[in-house]
Amino acid sequence: MTDDLAAVAALHDPVRRALYDYVAAQGRAVGRNEAAQEAGISRTLAAFHLDKLAEAGLLEVDFMRLTEARPGPGGGRPAKVYRRAAADRKVTLPHRDYEQLAALLADAVHDLAADDRAVAAAAAAGQRLYEPGGWLAALRARGYEPYADGGRVRLRNCPFRLVAQAQPLLVCAMNLALCQGIAGGDANAELDPRPNECCVSFSKNNSD
Amino acid sequence: MHLAQLNVGRLIAPIDAPELAEFVALLEPINALADGAPGFVWRLRESESDPALTYRHDFGDDLLINMSVWRGRQDLWDYVYRTRHLAVLQRRREWFQRTVEIHSVMWWIPDGHLPSAAEGMARLALLAEHGPGADAFTFRDFHGPPA
Repeated sequence: MTDDLAAVAALHDPVRRALYDYVAAQGRAVGRNEAAQEAGISRTLAAFHLDKLAEAGLLEVDFMRLTEARPGPGGGRPAKVYRRAAADRKVTLPHRDYEQLAALLADAVHDLAADDRAVAAAAAAGQRLYEPGGWLAALRARGYEPYADGGRVRLRNCPFRLVAQAQPLLVCAMNLALCQGIAGGDANAELDPRPNECCVSFSKNNSD
Repeated sequence: MHLAQLNVGRLIAPIDAPELAEFVALLEPINALADGAPGFVWRLRESESDPALTYRHDFGDDLLINMSVWRGRQDLWDYVYRTRHLAVLQRRREWFQRTVEIHSVMWWIPDGHLPSAAEGMARLALLAEHGPGADAFTFRDFHGPPA
């Protein structure tokens, strides 16, 4: 889709790319000051790039109070904030559509009540990806966006989102098996879904 | 409008059998999770005092009936698939028979209306007979509230 191509092209600028990565990694709304500070650029320049990202549909804009209201004019006024947009952006040249195929196969597995076979295949695939001590890097490389939350590791992104929405029981069971395989004995994967995040979280089995 | 949903399952054994003890133990925490979930409006209860009692009805002893009312699709989806309820759902085959029957239906109701089990079963029959439509539908073939 041409829109997707334009959105992805908006990330060509390295400053913009860094701002996008930062906002995406926070999993919450980020203000202009914070983004500017993080990127080491002026607030005006950060605002310019953040608005370009919003125009391209990569970030969503909202207005909220970020600090306690200060006395005086303008104090406590809602600030413009940015969040990663939920929509998928995909550019494949030439065009490929593995998603549609995956959705059809997921429907077939569901109709055959062959979930156990699919879960076993996912577990085996996860085990092949296991490298001692490398599970977090492996999850990161596969787009799960792991982050620490108290004593647990959570995954901000579901790489299988569209198919998971069509067949959540099947895809989440497969994903749990895949994640446990990737983590091996280094961490214990558990089904622990949250809205807009992945269905799996981990407890570490030892310090690494 | 509110979103009503009914789901049924055929138990592998009587509800007081040892095979179902784990399932029965999960009823209270899972029902509490629903009651506290964003957008939860109401659910069918057998008892106000005992949260582990399942609803008694005349549709067959092995049939377990769940029915609840929600603010909308996203709230119901988030409860069913994006809470710890999902892990319980994953274990359904330990407690319920595999069946080809249609087992889940949704429909829109006016705010404040409390559907009866018979009403829910009629919607399920409607879905089974005619497929998804504005009066009986599923997550997969969802229909918005009537204008």
